[in-house]
Amino acid sequence: MSLELRDVRKSYGDVEVLHGVDLVGRDGEVLAVVGANGAGKSTLIRIFSGAHEMSSGEMRVDGEPVRLRSPHDAHERGIRTVYQELSIVPGLSVTENLLMGRFPRRRSGLIDWPAAHREAKELLDAAGFGAIEPRTVAGRLTVARQQMVEIAKALAGEVRVLVLDEPSAVLAGGDLDALFGLIRRLKARGVLVVYVSHRLAEVMELADSIVVIKDGVIIETTEPSRTSEDELIRLMAGRRLEQIYPDRRGAPGETRLKVDRLSRRGEFSDVSFELRAGEIVGLFGLVGSGRSEMARCVFGAEPPTSGGGAFRSPADAISHGLALVTEDRKRTGLVGGMTVLDNIALATMRATTRGPLIDMPGRRERVAGMIDRLSIQPARCATMPVAALSGGNQQKAVLAKWLLAEPRVLILDEPTRGVDMATRVDIYRMIDALAREGLAVLLISSDLTEVLGATDRVLVMREGRLAGELRSEGTTEDEVLAHAIGVAA
Amino acid sequence: MSVNALPKISRDLLVTAAFGLLIVVMVVVAAVTTESFLTQANLTNLLKQMVTIGLLAYGMLVVILTGGIDLSVGSVVAFSGILTAGLVSSLPIPAAMAVGVVSGIGFGLVNGVLVARFGLAPFVVTLASLTTVRGLAFVYSEVPIAPEDPAFFTLGSAMAGPIPVSTLIMFAVFLVGGVFLTRTPAGRSIVAIGGNAETVRLAGINVRRHVVLAYTVSGLCAGLAGVILASRVGIAQPSVGVAFELDAIAACVIGGASLAGGKGSVRATFGGVLVLVLINNLLNLYGVQSFWQQVLKGLIIIAVILAQRTNRVRA
Repeated sequence: MSLELRDVRKSYGDVEVLHGVDLVGRDGEVLAVVGANGAGKSTLIRIFSGAHEMSSGEMRVDGEPVRLRSPHDAHERGIRTVYQELSIVPGLSVTENLLMGRFPRRRSGLIDWPAAHREAKELLDAAGFGAIEPRTVAGRLTVARQQMVEIAKALAGEVRVLVLDEPSAVLAGGDLDALFGLIRRLKARGVLVVYVSHRLAEVMELADSIVVIKDGVIIETTEPSRTSEDELIRLMAGRRLEQIYPDRRGAPGETRLKVDRLSRRGEFSDVSFELRAGEIVGLFGLVGSGRSEMARCVFGAEPPTSGGGAFRSPADAISHGLALVTEDRKRTGLVGGMTVLDNIALATMRATTRGPLIDMPGRRERVAGMIDRLSIQPARCATMPVAALSGGNQQKAVLAKWLLAEPRVLILDEPTRGVDMATRVDIYRMIDALAREGLAVLLISSDLTEVLGATDRVLVMREGRLAGELRSEGTTEDEVLAHAIGVAA
Repeated sequence: MSVNALPKISRDLLVTAAFGLLIVVMVVVAAVTTESFLTQANLTNLLKQMVTIGLLAYGMLVVILTGGIDLSVGSVVAFSGILTAGLVSSLPIPAAMAVGVVSGIGFGLVNGVLVARFGLAPFVVTLASLTTVRGLAFVYSEVPIAPEDPAFFTLGSAMAGPIPVSTLIMFAVFLVGGVFLTRTPAGRSIVAIGGNAETVRLAGINVRRHVVLAYTVSGLCAGLAGVILASRVGIAQPSVGVAFELDAIAACVIGGASLAGGKGSVRATFGGVLVLVLINNLLNLYGVQSFWQQVLKGLIIIAVILAQRTNRVRA
């Protein structure tokens, strides 16, 4: 089925965010949409999914004009959307999540559970995600598997267009291969796949055509064979990024963090390493390797079973100069209902009081300084709810919160996940500058290019253990991956 | 982004304005349609009636902000009142009253510890203390206690010029309470916990301690309300305060607080208290039968909340 947008505009209140988008997707094609944060990708996705109605313009499906008034409309026409934010109900089983609202019934009107599980299994198998057991409680699955359930759910019934928003952000290794396999099969079946991603390498590999969106307009329509990653980055950013990763050369100073044979039952065991002042250490591992769990344990969020180096509580860690930027900013990084100001000041409230009261003008000033330093957009966002910021700017707000605490050791867990390339470059520059000021940085990442490019050395975790330590310079991505999977020579 | 900022501000303004308007309209209607509303006796009475629900509503708001609920406050009102009245014969009156208030703090502390330390559901914990504390009030004295010392009535009936002292105490609680929630680290932490407890924990803030604090504040408010009520009525009854917790919750909700936590304002909760008290007073003045009053009150609460919701959706 073909999908066509003509001069589509969208305004919120008086502000127009899409200024006349033209776009054509044909059946059996992977159409990649790339763009920086705030370029209009999310708005475009919401128009495809029927979540928001366009203000003007035309959408044609198979040449016929359609008007999507609700997600239900889009669903009826076979247009399915998988958002980046998961919508799984964690307390229900995979089957219930997949078949919600349309369970097979017995004649008595009760749910036919055996049939339901069978149907769920078929859906998962058809999507190539057969490794997921339908009876599992969805909340027990890893984020990656939850994402796969989400995709399988979107594939129920007759699918003609599948819109994927950053589908690979949480996937790694075999899960990622399963996703790519699925996309290729859908394509072969004539489904149009709209693929929104920041991972340009994937886009180059998967896409048949690529559109670059910037400031609410499509500025380029191209194909992988006619462009390059550098070219795309330049288009997205609107400026040439000379270099994505800053040059790293520095002599590490004194030891800032020493972790000694740290173990936590069922998660990781026997992890030892040191972080020194002024160095950036990467920590790579596939999802499930225990890297985030280890970081949380060092930070005092979870007690270790044995070993040394972990703090008693987050408060203890913070008072010793640690800061942890967690992987999932919505669940553990931000208080969505509060303002940007409240969020950025959260970790430093106690330190900034005058008498029993918070020093409000001082707090405002410090937060404004951070907003300025990290160029959080919009610049006058202090009193806005933090949830109103774009993903990249939310990430910067989390970072700002921790930088206010003036840490000496900064642990960053997937700081660039779901963040566009231009903001990524900002973040890499900032990390580099912080390290030059003498911070010790642990950069946890499942992005191979990043974990090598932005760091001095790389620790690799596999199945809860440290599987290797490599110098970043001169090491190839394949070598890192080999350690992570366990096929290192 | 500014897209979202703009409607947010005007939306809050709209709700506040609509709210103020509602209260003004109620006062005007009351003044025009009844002869007795603007009499000093009625206004004084109104100010005194506000005290109990006002105190309970503030305490309830603090708990609701953490994402919890405190169903025990009505029972605590009864217990602290009857304890105070019973102690008057053996202790100086200020001391007896202090013990009453402290009993409220104690119950709040127990609630808080059960919720925060043992991770029990706030609804269940405070439902259990609702019945336990009510039972304890009857165990302490099955019959009402009416102290004879006239000094016992002072707290509830003394006037500072045109305004009852007890009302001033309630105003003070709202004032100090407002500053507490907006300007102290503990207050901000409580609001943030209701929004996202894990984020707060990872920011190095002791979540449990703050949850305990919230329930303790609610207990304190309920204890104080019980003592003042007994002093105003002049007699402490073990059966008083049934369903007071529902009025307190209603005041918070009318004020726009979210029962999921993290959202609610002291000023709007005070508005909620005014609305509820005015409804009661008006229906009394119109001579509406008390059962019909309950029905109407319920319907009015729904109407107010629906109106707020419509405002939000439109903006």
